Amino acid sequence: MNTKSTEILVGLFVCIGIAALFFMALQVSNFQALQNKAGYTITANFENINGLQNKALVSMAGVPIGRVSRIQFNADDYNAIVSMRIDQQYTNLPTDTSASIYTAGLLGEKYIGLTAGGMDDFLVEGSVIELTQSSLILEELISQFLFSSSDK
Amino acid sequence: MNYLQTYLQAYLQKIGHVTLKSLAKLGRASLFFYSIITALPYVLMRPQLLIKQMFSVGVLSFWLIIISGLFVGMVIGLQGVYTLSTYGAEASLGIMVAASLVRELGPVVSALLFAGRAGSALTAEIGLMKTTEQLSGMEMMAIDPIKYIIAPRFFAGFLSLPILALLFSSCGILGGHLTGVELLQVDLGSYWTQMQQTIDFYDDIVNGIIKSIIFAWVVSWIALFEGYDALPTSAGVSRATTRTVVNSAFAILFFDFLLTAIMFGSA
Repeated sequence: MNTKSTEILVGLFVCIGIAALFFMALQVSNFQALQNKAGYTITANFENINGLQNKALVSMAGVPIGRVSRIQFNADDYNAIVSMRIDQQYTNLPTDTSASIYTAGLLGEKYIGLTAGGMDDFLVEGSVIELTQSSLILEELISQFLFSSSDK
Repeated sequence: MNYLQTYLQAYLQKIGHVTLKSLAKLGRASLFFYSIITALPYVLMRPQLLIKQMFSVGVLSFWLIIISGLFVGMVIGLQGVYTLSTYGAEASLGIMVAASLVRELGPVVSALLFAGRAGSALTAEIGLMKTTEQLSGMEMMAIDPIKYIIAPRFFAGFLSLPILALLFSSCGILGGHLTGVELLQVDLGSYWTQMQQTIDFYDDIVNGIIKSIIFAWVVSWIALFEGYDALPTSAGVSRATTRTVVNSAFAILFFDFLLTAIMFGSA
Protein backbone atom coordinates (compact mmCIF):
# COMPACT_ATOMS: atom_id res chain seq x y z
CA MET A 1 0.00 0.00 0.00
CA ASN A 2 1.67 3.22 -1.06
CA THR A 3 1.62 6.45 0.94
CA LYS A 4 -0.94 8.23 -1.22
CA SER A 5 -3.70 5.65 -0.93
CA THR A 6 -3.01 5.31 2.82
CA GLU A 7 -3.51 9.03 3.20
CA ILE A 8 -6.68 8.97 1.12
CA LEU A 9 -8.15 6.16 3.23
CA VAL A 10 -7.25 7.90 6.49
CA GLY A 11 -8.81 11.11 5.18
CA LEU A 12 -11.95 9.20 4.25
CA PHE A 13 -12.00 7.60 7.68
CA VAL A 14 -11.85 10.97 9.45
CA CYS A 15 -14.55 12.39 7.15
CA ILE A 16 -16.86 9.45 7.89
CA GLY A 17 -16.23 10.05 11.60
CA ILE A 18 -17.23 13.70 11.27
CA ALA A 19 -20.28 12.66 9.26
CA ALA A 20 -21.25 10.31 12.10
CA LEU A 21 -20.95 13.18 14.56
CA PHE A 22 -23.27 15.30 12.40
CA PHE A 23 -25.70 12.40 12.13
CA MET A 24 -25.69 12.16 15.93
CA ALA A 25 -26.19 15.87 16.40
CA LEU A 26 -28.93 16.38 13.83
CA GLN A 27 -30.78 13.08 13.59
CA VAL A 28 -30.36 11.43 16.97
CA SER A 29 -30.31 14.27 19.48
CA ASN A 30 -32.17 17.51 20.02
CA PHE A 31 -29.25 19.70 19.05
CA GLN A 32 -31.10 22.88 19.90
CA ALA A 33 -28.74 23.94 22.64
CA LEU A 34 -27.28 26.63 20.41
CA GLN A 35 -30.69 27.89 19.36
CA ASN A 36 -31.90 27.73 22.95
CA LYS A 37 -29.40 30.40 23.89
CA ALA A 38 -31.39 32.81 21.75
CA GLY A 39 -34.60 33.23 23.67
CA TYR A 40 -35.98 34.66 26.86
CA THR A 41 -36.75 33.26 30.28
CA ILE A 42 -40.05 33.60 32.08
CA THR A 43 -41.03 32.13 35.43
CA ALA A 44 -44.21 30.77 36.95
CA ASN A 45 -45.05 29.74 40.51
CA PHE A 46 -46.84 26.43 40.86
CA GLU A 47 -48.39 25.02 44.01
CA ASN A 48 -47.30 21.53 43.02
CA ILE A 49 -45.24 20.42 40.05
CA ASN A 50 -45.54 16.71 40.82
CA GLY A 51 -42.89 15.15 38.63
CA LEU A 52 -42.20 17.95 36.15
CA GLN A 53 -38.60 17.55 35.04
CA ASN A 54 -35.92 19.94 33.94
CA LYS A 55 -35.92 20.25 30.12
CA ALA A 56 -39.59 19.32 29.93
CA LEU A 57 -41.42 20.80 26.96
CA VAL A 58 -43.30 24.07 27.15
CA SER A 59 -46.03 24.12 24.55
CA MET A 60 -48.78 26.37 23.34
CA ALA A 61 -51.63 24.93 21.29
CA GLY A 62 -49.67 21.67 21.36
CA VAL A 63 -46.66 23.17 19.58
CA PRO A 64 -43.37 23.12 21.52
CA ILE A 65 -42.19 26.70 21.99
CA GLY A 66 -39.60 26.25 24.73
CA ARG A 67 -38.25 24.13 27.55
CA VAL A 68 -38.17 24.20 31.33
CA SER A 69 -34.75 25.51 32.25
CA ARG A 70 -34.79 25.46 36.05
CA ILE A 71 -36.97 24.29 38.92
CA GLN A 72 -36.49 25.77 42.40
CA PHE A 73 -38.28 25.57 45.71
CA ASN A 74 -39.59 28.87 46.99
CA ALA A 75 -39.10 28.71 50.78
CA ASP A 76 -41.14 31.89 51.41
CA ASP A 77 -44.43 30.74 49.94
CA TYR A 78 -43.76 26.98 49.97
CA ASN A 79 -44.33 26.61 46.26
CA ALA A 80 -42.22 25.81 43.20
CA ILE A 81 -40.65 28.37 40.88
CA VAL A 82 -40.36 27.02 37.35
CA SER A 83 -38.18 28.93 34.89
CA MET A 84 -38.94 28.41 31.22
CA ARG A 85 -36.79 29.32 28.26
CA ILE A 86 -39.02 30.41 25.38
CA ASP A 87 -37.63 30.43 21.83
CA GLN A 88 -36.86 33.85 20.54
CA GLN A 89 -39.36 33.86 17.66
CA TYR A 90 -42.37 33.67 20.03
CA THR A 91 -42.27 37.17 21.40
CA ASN A 92 -46.00 37.88 21.40
CA LEU A 93 -47.24 35.96 24.45
CA PRO A 94 -49.74 38.18 26.32
CA THR A 95 -48.95 39.02 29.95
CA ASP A 96 -52.10 37.24 31.17
CA THR A 97 -51.02 33.94 29.62
CA SER A 98 -51.83 31.05 31.95
CA ALA A 99 -49.67 28.00 32.57
CA SER A 100 -50.78 24.48 33.51
CA ILE A 101 -48.93 21.22 34.01
CA TYR A 102 -50.24 18.37 31.90
CA THR A 103 -49.25 14.77 31.36
CA ALA A 104 -48.50 13.44 27.89
CA GLY A 105 -50.41 10.16 27.76
CA LEU A 106 -51.35 8.13 30.82
CA LEU A 107 -47.80 7.36 31.95
CA GLY A 108 -46.01 9.94 29.86
CA GLU A 109 -43.83 12.86 30.77
CA LYS A 110 -45.14 16.04 32.33
CA TYR A 111 -45.12 19.18 30.24
CA ILE A 112 -46.27 22.76 30.62
CA GLY A 113 -49.12 23.99 28.47
CA LEU A 114 -49.50 27.73 28.01
CA THR A 115 -52.83 29.29 27.10
CA ALA A 116 -52.79 32.79 25.64
CA GLY A 117 -54.76 35.56 27.32
CA GLY A 118 -56.10 38.76 25.82
CA MET A 119 -53.81 41.53 27.01
CA ASP A 120 -51.97 43.79 24.61
CA ASP A 121 -48.69 43.72 26.57
CA PHE A 122 -46.31 40.85 25.95
CA LEU A 123 -44.16 38.74 28.24
CA VAL A 124 -40.50 39.68 28.22
CA GLU A 125 -37.30 38.39 29.85
CA GLY A 126 -37.92 37.89 33.58
CA SER A 127 -41.73 38.15 33.43
CA VAL A 128 -43.78 36.10 35.87
CA ILE A 129 -46.86 34.19 34.80
CA GLU A 130 -49.55 34.88 37.43
CA LEU A 131 -52.20 32.39 36.38
CA THR A 132 -51.03 28.85 37.05
CA GLN A 133 -52.72 25.54 37.56
CA SER A 134 -50.90 22.73 39.33
CA SER A 135 -50.67 19.25 37.96
CA LEU A 136 -53.41 16.80 38.83
CA ILE A 137 -52.38 14.27 41.44
CA LEU A 138 -54.15 11.01 40.93
CA GLU A 139 -53.94 9.96 44.60
CA GLU A 140 -55.58 13.20 45.77
CA LEU A 141 -58.41 12.82 43.29
CA ILE A 142 -59.03 9.23 44.30
CA SER A 143 -58.95 10.00 48.02
CA GLN A 144 -61.32 12.95 47.56
CA PHE A 145 -63.66 10.74 45.64
CA LEU A 146 -63.45 7.94 48.23
CA PHE A 147 -64.00 10.19 51.24
CA SER A 148 -66.81 12.16 49.65
CA SER A 149 -68.61 8.97 48.65
CA SER A 150 -68.18 7.38 52.09
CA ASP A 151 -69.83 10.40 53.76
CA LYS A 152 -73.07 9.75 52.01
CA MET B 1 4.98 -23.68 65.71
CA ASN B 2 8.22 -23.06 63.87
CA TYR B 3 6.63 -24.52 60.80
CA LEU B 4 3.79 -22.05 60.97
CA GLN B 5 6.20 -19.18 61.37
CA THR B 6 8.22 -20.01 58.27
CA TYR B 7 5.03 -20.58 56.32
CA LEU B 8 3.60 -17.24 57.42
CA GLN B 9 6.87 -15.48 56.65
CA ALA B 10 7.00 -16.93 53.17
CA TYR B 11 3.43 -15.92 52.55
CA LEU B 12 3.98 -12.34 53.73
CA GLN B 13 7.10 -12.15 51.63
CA LYS B 14 5.11 -13.21 48.60
CA ILE B 15 2.50 -10.51 49.19
CA GLY B 16 5.22 -7.90 49.63
CA HIS B 17 7.00 -9.09 46.50
CA VAL B 18 3.84 -8.86 44.39
CA THR B 19 3.00 -5.42 45.77
CA LEU B 20 6.46 -4.01 45.13
CA LYS B 21 6.53 -5.55 41.67
CA SER B 22 3.20 -4.01 40.70
CA LEU B 23 4.23 -0.63 42.12
CA ALA B 24 7.45 -0.76 40.13
CA LYS B 25 5.48 -1.60 37.01
CA LEU B 26 3.07 1.27 37.65
CA GLY B 27 6.06 3.57 38.05
CA ARG B 28 7.61 2.37 34.79
CA ALA B 29 4.24 2.80 33.05
CA SER B 30 3.91 6.37 34.36
CA LEU B 31 7.40 7.33 33.18
CA PHE B 32 6.60 5.70 29.85
CA PHE B 33 3.40 7.75 29.58
CA TYR B 34 5.26 10.92 30.49
CA SER B 35 7.82 10.34 27.75
CA ILE B 36 5.00 9.74 25.23
CA ILE B 37 3.37 13.04 26.17
CA THR B 38 6.64 14.93 25.84
CA ALA B 39 7.04 13.42 22.36
CA LEU B 40 3.79 15.05 21.19
CA PRO B 41 5.48 18.03 19.43
CA TYR B 42 7.71 15.61 17.54
CA VAL B 43 4.68 13.67 16.30
CA LEU B 44 2.83 16.82 15.28
CA MET B 45 5.85 17.93 13.24
CA ARG B 46 5.84 14.61 11.39
CA PRO B 47 2.18 13.89 10.57
CA GLN B 48 3.27 11.20 8.09
CA LEU B 49 4.01 8.85 10.98
CA LEU B 50 0.64 9.58 12.57
CA ILE B 51 -1.30 9.02 9.35
CA LYS B 52 0.43 5.72 8.71
CA GLN B 53 -0.49 4.50 12.20
CA MET B 54 -4.04 5.82 11.95
CA PHE B 55 -4.38 3.64 8.90
CA SER B 56 -3.33 0.46 10.67
CA VAL B 57 -5.11 1.27 13.94
CA GLY B 58 -8.23 3.04 12.74
CA VAL B 59 -9.02 2.31 9.10
CA LEU B 60 -8.33 -1.40 9.39
CA SER B 61 -10.77 -1.62 12.33
CA PHE B 62 -13.47 0.10 10.25
CA TRP B 63 -15.42 -2.90 8.98
CA LEU B 64 -15.22 -4.73 12.29
CA ILE B 65 -16.79 -1.74 14.04
CA ILE B 66 -19.42 -1.12 11.34
CA ILE B 67 -20.60 -4.73 11.26
CA SER B 68 -20.55 -5.21 15.04
CA GLY B 69 -22.39 -1.92 15.54
CA LEU B 70 -25.05 -2.90 13.05
CA PHE B 71 -25.61 -6.29 14.67
CA VAL B 72 -25.63 -4.94 18.23
CA GLY B 73 -28.21 -2.35 17.18
CA MET B 74 -30.30 -4.99 15.43
CA VAL B 75 -30.29 -7.17 18.55
CA ILE B 76 -31.29 -4.25 20.80
CA GLY B 77 -34.08 -3.51 18.30
CA LEU B 78 -35.43 -7.05 18.56
CA GLN B 79 -35.03 -7.33 22.32
CA GLY B 80 -36.43 -3.84 22.83
CA VAL B 81 -39.62 -4.55 20.90
CA TYR B 82 -39.98 -7.87 22.70
CA THR B 83 -39.66 -6.26 26.15
CA LEU B 84 -41.46 -2.98 25.47
CA SER B 85 -44.46 -4.66 23.81
CA THR B 86 -45.30 -6.13 27.25
CA TYR B 87 -46.13 -2.57 28.31
CA GLY B 88 -47.42 -1.47 24.93
CA ALA B 89 -44.55 1.01 24.73
CA GLU B 90 -42.94 0.01 21.43
CA ALA B 91 -42.98 3.69 20.46
CA SER B 92 -40.15 4.27 22.95
CA LEU B 93 -37.87 1.84 21.10
CA GLY B 94 -35.88 4.70 19.59
CA ILE B 95 -35.03 6.06 23.02
CA MET B 96 -33.98 2.65 24.29
CA VAL B 97 -31.75 1.89 21.28
CA ALA B 98 -30.16 5.34 21.08
CA ALA B 99 -29.65 5.87 24.81
CA SER B 100 -28.09 2.46 25.42
CA LEU B 101 -25.83 2.80 22.37
CA VAL B 102 -24.73 6.40 22.76
CA ARG B 103 -24.20 6.32 26.52
CA GLU B 104 -22.83 2.84 27.12
CA LEU B 105 -22.52 0.25 24.38
CA GLY B 106 -20.98 2.49 21.73
CA PRO B 107 -17.94 3.59 23.74
CA VAL B 108 -17.54 0.34 25.72
CA VAL B 109 -18.00 -2.29 23.03
CA SER B 110 -15.97 -0.38 20.46
CA ALA B 111 -13.18 0.01 23.04
CA LEU B 112 -13.28 -3.73 23.79
CA LEU B 113 -13.17 -4.56 20.08
CA PHE B 114 -10.42 -1.99 19.60
CA ALA B 115 -8.38 -3.61 22.38
CA GLY B 116 -8.77 -6.99 20.70
CA ARG B 117 -8.21 -5.81 17.13
CA ALA B 118 -5.66 -2.99 17.44
CA GLY B 119 -4.33 -3.21 21.01
CA SER B 120 -3.13 -6.80 20.74
CA ALA B 121 -1.51 -6.04 17.38
CA LEU B 122 0.32 -3.05 18.88
CA THR B 123 1.64 -5.12 21.79
CA ALA B 124 2.78 -7.93 19.51
CA GLU B 125 4.45 -5.48 17.12
CA ILE B 126 6.30 -3.54 19.80
CA GLY B 127 7.17 -6.73 21.71
CA LEU B 128 8.60 -8.32 18.60
CA MET B 129 10.57 -5.17 17.81
CA LYS B 130 12.04 -5.40 21.28
CA THR B 131 12.76 -9.14 20.94
CA THR B 132 14.51 -8.69 17.61
CA GLU B 133 16.43 -5.76 19.11
CA GLN B 134 15.10 -3.24 16.62
CA LEU B 135 14.36 -0.82 19.44
CA SER B 136 17.85 -0.99 20.87
CA GLY B 137 19.20 -0.78 17.32
CA MET B 138 17.40 2.52 16.91
CA GLU B 139 18.79 3.76 20.18
CA MET B 140 22.27 2.87 18.89
CA MET B 141 21.59 5.12 15.90
CA ALA B 142 20.51 7.90 18.29
CA ILE B 143 16.87 7.64 17.20
CA ASP B 144 14.52 7.70 20.16
CA PRO B 145 12.09 4.78 19.66
CA ILE B 146 9.55 6.50 21.93
CA LYS B 147 9.37 9.44 19.54
CA TYR B 148 9.54 7.47 16.32
CA ILE B 149 7.69 4.23 17.13
CA ILE B 150 5.61 4.55 20.29
CA ALA B 151 4.20 8.09 20.31
CA PRO B 152 2.69 8.02 16.77
CA ARG B 153 0.90 4.77 17.64
CA PHE B 154 -0.39 6.21 20.90
CA PHE B 155 -1.84 9.36 19.34
CA ALA B 156 -3.23 7.40 16.40
CA GLY B 157 -5.21 5.25 18.84
CA PHE B 158 -6.22 8.35 20.76
CA LEU B 159 -7.72 9.89 17.61
CA SER B 160 -9.17 6.74 16.08
CA LEU B 161 -11.21 5.24 18.91
CA PRO B 162 -13.62 8.20 19.38
CA ILE B 163 -14.33 8.11 15.63
CA LEU B 164 -14.87 4.36 15.77
CA ALA B 165 -17.21 4.71 18.76
CA LEU B 166 -19.28 7.32 16.92
CA LEU B 167 -19.49 5.02 13.90
CA PHE B 168 -20.49 2.13 16.14
CA SER B 169 -23.33 4.11 17.71
CA SER B 170 -24.55 5.46 14.37
CA CYS B 171 -24.59 2.01 12.78
CA GLY B 172 -26.32 0.59 15.85
CA ILE B 173 -29.10 3.17 15.64
CA LEU B 174 -29.56 2.33 11.95
CA GLY B 175 -29.53 -1.38 12.87
CA GLY B 176 -32.25 -0.77 15.44
CA HIS B 177 -34.22 0.97 12.72
CA LEU B 178 -33.79 -2.08 10.46
CA THR B 179 -35.18 -4.61 12.91
CA GLY B 180 -37.53 -2.38 14.89
CA VAL B 181 -39.11 -0.32 12.14
CA GLU B 182 -38.63 -2.36 8.97
CA LEU B 183 -39.04 -5.84 10.40
CA LEU B 184 -41.29 -5.47 13.45
CA GLN B 185 -43.37 -2.51 12.25
CA VAL B 186 -42.66 0.00 15.01
CA ASP B 187 -43.84 3.39 13.81
CA LEU B 188 -41.07 5.18 11.90
CA GLY B 189 -42.05 8.62 13.18
CA SER B 190 -42.11 7.68 16.85
CA TYR B 191 -38.80 5.81 16.56
CA TRP B 192 -36.95 8.93 15.40
CA THR B 193 -38.90 11.75 17.07
CA GLN B 194 -38.96 10.20 20.54
CA MET B 195 -35.23 9.59 20.16
CA GLN B 196 -34.61 13.19 19.15
CA GLN B 197 -36.71 14.53 21.99
CA THR B 198 -34.99 12.50 24.67
CA ILE B 199 -31.33 12.25 23.64
CA ASP B 200 -29.44 15.38 24.59
CA PHE B 201 -26.43 16.43 22.56
CA TYR B 202 -24.28 17.51 25.50
CA ASP B 203 -25.49 15.16 28.23
CA ASP B 204 -25.53 12.02 26.12
CA ILE B 205 -23.47 12.31 22.96
CA VAL B 206 -20.64 14.51 24.23
CA ASN B 207 -20.37 12.40 27.40
CA GLY B 208 -20.17 9.30 25.21
CA ILE B 209 -17.34 10.88 23.24
CA ILE B 210 -15.52 11.82 26.47
CA LYS B 211 -15.85 8.20 27.58
CA SER B 212 -14.36 6.88 24.36
CA ILE B 213 -11.47 9.38 24.56
CA ILE B 214 -10.63 8.08 28.03
CA PHE B 215 -10.91 4.47 26.87
CA ALA B 216 -8.63 5.30 23.93
CA TRP B 217 -6.04 6.66 26.34
CA VAL B 218 -6.28 3.58 28.61
CA VAL B 219 -6.18 0.98 25.83
CA SER B 220 -3.34 2.59 23.86
CA TRP B 221 -1.32 3.12 27.00
CA ILE B 222 -1.75 -0.47 28.21
CA ALA B 223 -1.10 -1.98 24.77
CA LEU B 224 2.07 0.01 24.10
CA PHE B 225 3.44 -0.35 27.59
CA GLU B 226 2.90 -4.11 27.69
CA GLY B 227 4.74 -4.43 24.38
CA TYR B 228 7.55 -2.16 25.52
CA ASP B 229 7.83 -3.91 28.88
CA ALA B 230 7.50 -7.47 27.51
CA LEU B 231 10.13 -10.10 28.20
CA PRO B 232 12.14 -10.27 24.97
CA THR B 233 11.25 -13.90 24.26
CA SER B 234 8.48 -15.45 22.19
CA ALA B 235 6.72 -16.58 25.38
CA GLY B 236 7.12 -13.10 26.86
CA VAL B 237 5.52 -11.45 23.82
CA SER B 238 2.65 -13.91 23.82
CA ARG B 239 2.03 -13.33 27.53
CA ALA B 240 2.20 -9.56 27.04
CA THR B 241 -0.40 -9.76 24.26
CA THR B 242 -2.75 -11.73 26.51
CA ARG B 243 -2.18 -9.24 29.34
CA THR B 244 -3.04 -6.36 27.00
CA VAL B 245 -6.44 -7.78 26.10
CA VAL B 246 -7.29 -8.86 29.67
CA ASN B 247 -6.07 -5.71 31.40
CA SER B 248 -7.64 -3.44 28.79
CA ALA B 249 -11.00 -5.16 29.29
CA PHE B 250 -10.75 -4.74 33.06
CA ALA B 251 -9.64 -1.13 32.77
CA ILE B 252 -12.39 -0.26 30.26
CA LEU B 253 -15.13 -1.75 32.42
CA PHE B 254 -13.76 -0.17 35.60
CA PHE B 255 -13.42 3.28 34.04
CA ASP B 256 -16.85 2.90 32.49
CA PHE B 257 -18.35 2.37 35.92
CA LEU B 258 -16.43 5.34 37.30
CA LEU B 259 -17.39 7.66 34.43
CA THR B 260 -21.02 6.57 34.44
CA ALA B 261 -21.19 7.23 38.17
CA ILE B 262 -19.74 10.72 37.63
CA MET B 263 -21.75 11.60 34.51
CA PHE B 264 -25.13 10.01 35.14
CA GLY B 265 -25.02 9.07 38.83
CA SER B 266 -26.26 12.37 40.21
CA ALA B 267 -29.38 12.65 38.05
